[in-house]
Amino acid sequence: MKLTTLLTTAALTFAATGAWAESEINVMHATAFETAPTAMAGGGFLHIHNTGDSDDVLVDVRADYPRVEIHTTEFTDGVAKMMHVAGIPVPAGEMVVLEPGGYHVMFMGLQGTPFTLGDMIPATLVFEQAGEIDIMFKVIARDAAHGGMDHDSMDHDAMDHDDANHSDMNH
Amino acid sequence: MKAVIIGTTTLAIAAGLGFYTWNTSRSAVPCGDTAVAGAAIGGPFELVSETGATVTDTDVITKPTLVYFGYTFCPDVCPLDSARNAAAAYLLADQGHDIGTIFISIDPERDTAQIVGDYTDNFHEDMIGLTGTAAQVDAASKAYRTYYRKQEGDPEYYLVDHSTQTYLMFPETGFATFFKREHTPEQIAQTTACFIDRIG
Repeated sequence: MKLTTLLTTAALTFAATGAWAESEINVMHATAFETAPTAMAGGGFLHIHNTGDSDDVLVDVRADYPRVEIHTTEFTDGVAKMMHVAGIPVPAGEMVVLEPGGYHVMFMGLQGTPFTLGDMIPATLVFEQAGEIDIMFKVIARDAAHGGMDHDSMDHDAMDHDDANHSDMNH
Repeated sequence: MKAVIIGTTTLAIAAGLGFYTWNTSRSAVPCGDTAVAGAAIGGPFELVSETGATVTDTDVITKPTLVYFGYTFCPDVCPLDSARNAAAAYLLADQGHDIGTIFISIDPERDTAQIVGDYTDNFHEDMIGLTGTAAQVDAASKAYRTYYRKQEGDPEYYLVDHSTQTYLMFPETGFATFFKREHTPEQIAQTTACFIDRIG
């Protein structure tokens, strides 16, 4: 259910890294939900797979909006608290998932430029080791009529994903 | 359980009732006992609708209604919960139950009537978006025992901590139960249908 609603996008480029760094980052399912015409903010979600043997950290996301930050949401007794995080660790060999209810990319200052179904939003992920990776967030619908996001599904085994559409960025 | 709820803070009420709802949704009696906190949650409020008109609770809660407090600058949790509530409404409509959905902004500083209206249209064509003056929103939040707090920081891009429970309200009898974030559209639809059968 979830995977079929998440369209994949391929990471487009890969910056050179130091000779010691064996971080190999694959980015999949970079998506953002469509927003209302007057929305001021939108969220971006993606899967990051580090297929190398060196830990890495996503330290920044850049895009053409007044402010773009990496956020997470914490819940205490039913109260949601969103907060800016300095980085998201992506350990060697592991998949980190930015998904609704947890880590997300927050695009702020959308006024007048809402996320419209089918739009591709260019962004640059900045990793400590792997450097800059340009990606596109595909704007998808919130499928409320069919249950919206399946936020009970927390199983994100990398091998379960249909990876046909992502590029391996070996170098 | 009752004594604990009465004697504790808003958060504890929220947690306790959430547990109560969670518990009853899995028991042989799917709706649970509505008497536990019926008088404690909800009641009159005056807010501003999507058209800019001042409305009261009796204007907008005209049928069984899911009520959620959030803000539109929230790109993650609020849309997720709102879409979930909309999904429950669609499921119930498929079963022949007409319910309402309401989103009340706890960020009146930024959420104008138009912004809240656009936001709710994104989830369900009939979802009602409400905002108001700071005092109106605060009164509504207090009536529903919800928590919100604006975070320090940027004057334009600030965040707001807030409760995430969704209340099931009825026009005549008021509060029926509430749902936590973990509840699925199917669970909400099932419990709501049970209350509709019981309360009418």
